[in-house]
Amino acid sequence: MTTATLAPAVRAEDSRIGLAGTLRHVGALTRRNLMRIKADPESMFDAVLMPIIFTVLFVYVFGGAMAGSQDDYRQYLVPGLLGQTGLTLAMAVGTGLNTDFQTGVMDRFRTLPIGRASVLLSKIVAETLRGLLSFAILIGFAMCIGFEVRTGPLEVLATIGLALLFGMSIVWISMLLGMALRSAQAVQGVAMLVLMPMQFGSSIFARTDTMPGWLQSFTKINPLSALADASRALLNGEGAVAHPVMIVLVWSAAVTAVFAPLAVARFRKRT
Amino acid sequence: MTRIATARNDRGSAAGNAVEVHGIVKHYGATKALDGVDLTVQEGTVLGVLGPNGAGKTTLVRVLSTLIKPDAGTAFVGGYDVLRQPKQLRRTIGLTGQYASVDELLSGYENLYLIGRLLDLPRREAKARATELLERFSLTEAAKRPAKTYSGGMRRRLDLAASMIGRPRVLYLDEPTTGLDPRTRNEVWDEVQRMVAEGTTVLLTTQYMEEAEQLADELTVIDRGRVIANGLVADLKAKVGGQTLQVRPVDPGELPRMARCLHDTGITTATYSADTGLLAVPITGEEQLTAVIGVLGGHGFAIAGIDTKVPSLDEVFLAITGKPASADAAPSLVKEPVA
Repeated sequence: MTTATLAPAVRAEDSRIGLAGTLRHVGALTRRNLMRIKADPESMFDAVLMPIIFTVLFVYVFGGAMAGSQDDYRQYLVPGLLGQTGLTLAMAVGTGLNTDFQTGVMDRFRTLPIGRASVLLSKIVAETLRGLLSFAILIGFAMCIGFEVRTGPLEVLATIGLALLFGMSIVWISMLLGMALRSAQAVQGVAMLVLMPMQFGSSIFARTDTMPGWLQSFTKINPLSALADASRALLNGEGAVAHPVMIVLVWSAAVTAVFAPLAVARFRKRT
Repeated sequence: MTRIATARNDRGSAAGNAVEVHGIVKHYGATKALDGVDLTVQEGTVLGVLGPNGAGKTTLVRVLSTLIKPDAGTAFVGGYDVLRQPKQLRRTIGLTGQYASVDELLSGYENLYLIGRLLDLPRREAKARATELLERFSLTEAAKRPAKTYSGGMRRRLDLAASMIGRPRVLYLDEPTTGLDPRTRNEVWDEVQRMVAEGTTVLLTTQYMEEAEQLADELTVIDRGRVIANGLVADLKAKVGGQTLQVRPVDPGELPRMARCLHDTGITTATYSADTGLLAVPITGEEQLTAVIGVLGGHGFAIAGIDTKVPSLDEVFLAITGKPASADAAPSLVKEPVA
């Protein structure tokens, strides 16, 4: 009496949605995600205020103590914060996905003739837009308080692109958490648990050469260190660019290769 | 494979069945949520699926809306196979769940517009359809407010409107009035009746005999994932007794004796509950009503009050199976069936 064997065959050809249809669906769902932000502006705090708070806090509170002068530290910190911001926003995707499953909205979507990837893609698009805003605010604010881009606009774009790419790979982990955990709070909690050691155990905030050996072996493999080093090299024009960029690319590809299939499988299983 | 599907499609329409379910099984671990369910819904009619909590009603609706895959059996909706043609099937159905699944942060209008776009309506048409449905479900004034500010009834209406956007041929209503107050319940009933009048086929799950009676043409009664009875509402009602006479004696201690007296005169369906102090007798017509009153009066029982009511789910189950519904919820009137 098993029907599993009966399943596929017909499904593909006469139910294909097509690229135009998928784009339309992703567009409509992205609009929905943006409307949700509009209806709940507090949800933008992490994207808008966090970069400013982190910059102010670290530059003025720790700057003098850590790098000798606030100017030097600002120049050190801000590129790394770009990567951190991308990571924080990526982790928010899972929370949103979890909420959709909890409230039954996902059930509604799933009874509609849309590709199931559309829901995931629209989350990524909306988070990317949020990320771009966040990067613009971070760079804009940093420049207001004296940060200078010592290279050119191309390097700025490359830095943002790199941070987005890495964030994109982390989105899959975030989605997986969002589907595996019961509540949105749990997702947020676990995300924090992962983010904190990742952020602070990297070269974003401080040079790693003063850290003890065991910690250095972690910071060395931490992709956020590579991302921060790459961003600094790109924006400050100091140090090697190719090597850290390569590491970030490899990490992004590896994380995506492992977690994207897991997340998609989990999504298929639940949908 | 396509040919088989088409053949099925033709057969489905030829028979005039909008929904055809054969031997559907769904396990959750050791629990059989659905244990070989068969049912059909004729085009343009309303089938009520009546059963207690945990009977498998929601699981059935989820299978028929492609939200979960059955472990065995076949199901066709509008001629489309739930397993092989989910996309086409989704174009023919609308679903209103027990829990209103609208986006709380979005306004009523935005919710409907979104669904219109996801159903591939052009922008202008999606707009027009959203406006039209808001009007129809008396939500025009609240159209711009976020759905989280809506009352329970408004939310349920918005959910109904959402399931109507694509003009579905088949509409599933999963306990559409559970948790609603009587006035709001009536509003929802009115809407459902309007949709049926317009030709929509409806599969309605409910725990209430009254609701099934109000809306359904045919009934399928399920319990523990199995169909235990089906037929026209009128036939089932005749079997159950349509209405129940409730008699409250002055002295509840006389309840067993009252039931026995009725039993001796051939009225074997009488039940009583010491908790509520009520004797309940399903009645099919005036004659029986007169007979019961006659017997009780003849034996000189002191009666404090009498009332008639539509049978509860428990009484329906009792009449069909001889035992009360298996639900853990729903307080039971019938504690000790006599006979």
